[in-house]
Amino acid sequence: MKLKNLKKLALTGNEAAAYAMKQINPDVVAAYPITPSTEIVQIFSKYVADGEVDTEFVPVESEHSAMSVCIGASAAGARVMTATASQGLALMHEMLYIASSLRLPIVMVVGNRALSAPINIHADHSDAMGSRDSGWMQMFCENPNEVYHTVIMAVKIAEKANLPCMVEMDGFITTHEMEMVETLDDKEVQEFVKKRIPLYSVLNVEEPITIGALDLFDYYFEHKRGQVEAVFKAKKIISEVVKEYNTKFGFNFPDFVEEYETEDAEICVVAMSSAAGTLKEAIDLKRESGIKIGLIRIKTFRPFPYEILRERLRKFKAVGVMDRAETMSTLGGPLSIEIKASLYPLDKKPVIQNFIFGLGGREFSLEDAFHVIEIIENIKKGKKYDDVLYIGIRE
Amino acid sequence: MKLKNWKELPEGAIIKNTPTSPEFKTGEWKTKEPYYHAEKCTHCLLCWLYCPDSVITVKNKKIDVFLLEYCKGCGICAKICPVNAIEMREVEL
Ligand code: SF4
Ligand code: SF4
Repeated sequence: MKLKNLKKLALTGNEAAAYAMKQINPDVVAAYPITPSTEIVQIFSKYVADGEVDTEFVPVESEHSAMSVCIGASAAGARVMTATASQGLALMHEMLYIASSLRLPIVMVVGNRALSAPINIHADHSDAMGSRDSGWMQMFCENPNEVYHTVIMAVKIAEKANLPCMVEMDGFITTHEMEMVETLDDKEVQEFVKKRIPLYSVLNVEEPITIGALDLFDYYFEHKRGQVEAVFKAKKIISEVVKEYNTKFGFNFPDFVEEYETEDAEICVVAMSSAAGTLKEAIDLKRESGIKIGLIRIKTFRPFPYEILRERLRKFKAVGVMDRAETMSTLGGPLSIEIKASLYPLDKKPVIQNFIFGLGGREFSLEDAFHVIEIIENIKKGKKYDDVLYIGIRE
Repeated sequence: MKLKNWKELPEGAIIKNTPTSPEFKTGEWKTKEPYYHAEKCTHCLLCWLYCPDSVITVKNKKIDVFLLEYCKGCGICAKICPVNAIEMREVEL
């Protein structure tokens, strides 16, 4: 139930992200444009030029520099945001680890896109998966409306956890898809995100500190152990902040996973981002012909909600896991590998079938979704398939 | 010094109570160290200026003591001295 009449705006994923950033009014934004997330900073720079935000906007010469500026500003105590995609995220790679280990709550919107070569500007999760071990939180959104609200929640989650957070959406499919977005007032956003209370500030001359110092065999290990503990603790923070947001504004956004038609389901499909929309439609239609299938959409991929997945997936006979990325390990996609690892301690566990789909923006059609559901249904009945199946490919 | 466990460390690997450099004895790995011939020294202070580890101290505009526990034996002071008042000698290991 909605608590109030929210202002509805027709926005693309990029516009929704930029609009949320405007309402958050961060202290610093440093960015370098890259398809398909260019618009976010392009629109935001207009807000800066028109004096609609107080943000110090730093147009840099590369993504590596963008993240470096974000790190410096965040270490000074500023609220910092940026956006990137694909090669840009890859170029930031070394700085991502520095942001997370210095415990800087930078929020970055990512328009997920394939990595070269061959060069491709369309959606897949290869870029995000390259950052999955960087210590950043990663929240994947299904549509522009979710992007808008997640960007606002991510600021609070990141600043409470003192960890950086990526808010991700599928390139073009979501970044450029226009949809109705229910927006909050500027004041409501401000009241929700409040002021950042930093862990430390390098500008605090009363208490001078050193950050990022040389840390060898005597302390590096202890510092990493502390960092992983912070990621563990972030799980509770994510749940709390999402709950607070839902209660305050009358929404039902998932913290870690969204369940669709799982209650009486015998088989299940697991997916992230926009593919979940197609699968929901396919599930509705397949259920009419008696196939009892449900969907679990993973919203928060980092920290990985293995406890929830272990609990929710154990009851199914067969589970299909949709990966929009390859690991090139020959073991399948990253999501399926982590789900298999999550279920490993169970004595009785479902058969996990991995599907790789949509690389380089290859369309994931309703027919493809039907095909996936039929395969999972066949597995339930005992049919065997290759460990990894490629959906929507010309064989 | 007893090393702290991971729970005792500040978050973000920050270092408080800076500077901590005086605790870090950079002189532990040298093979040579300067021997100072005070009688030759003109107190031009070039060695003081050039020493990368602030080993050489000055008092009343004159060279005072060498804090050799910080000397890493680079030999810059000996090289820069215009009157050869500094001689690098092997350190007994
Ligand atoms: S040898 Fe190098 S470190 Fe030692 S006193 Fe001379 S200049 Fe300084
Ligand atoms: S450089 Fe030589 S002469 Fe000058 S102060 Fe040092 S030891 Fe003395």
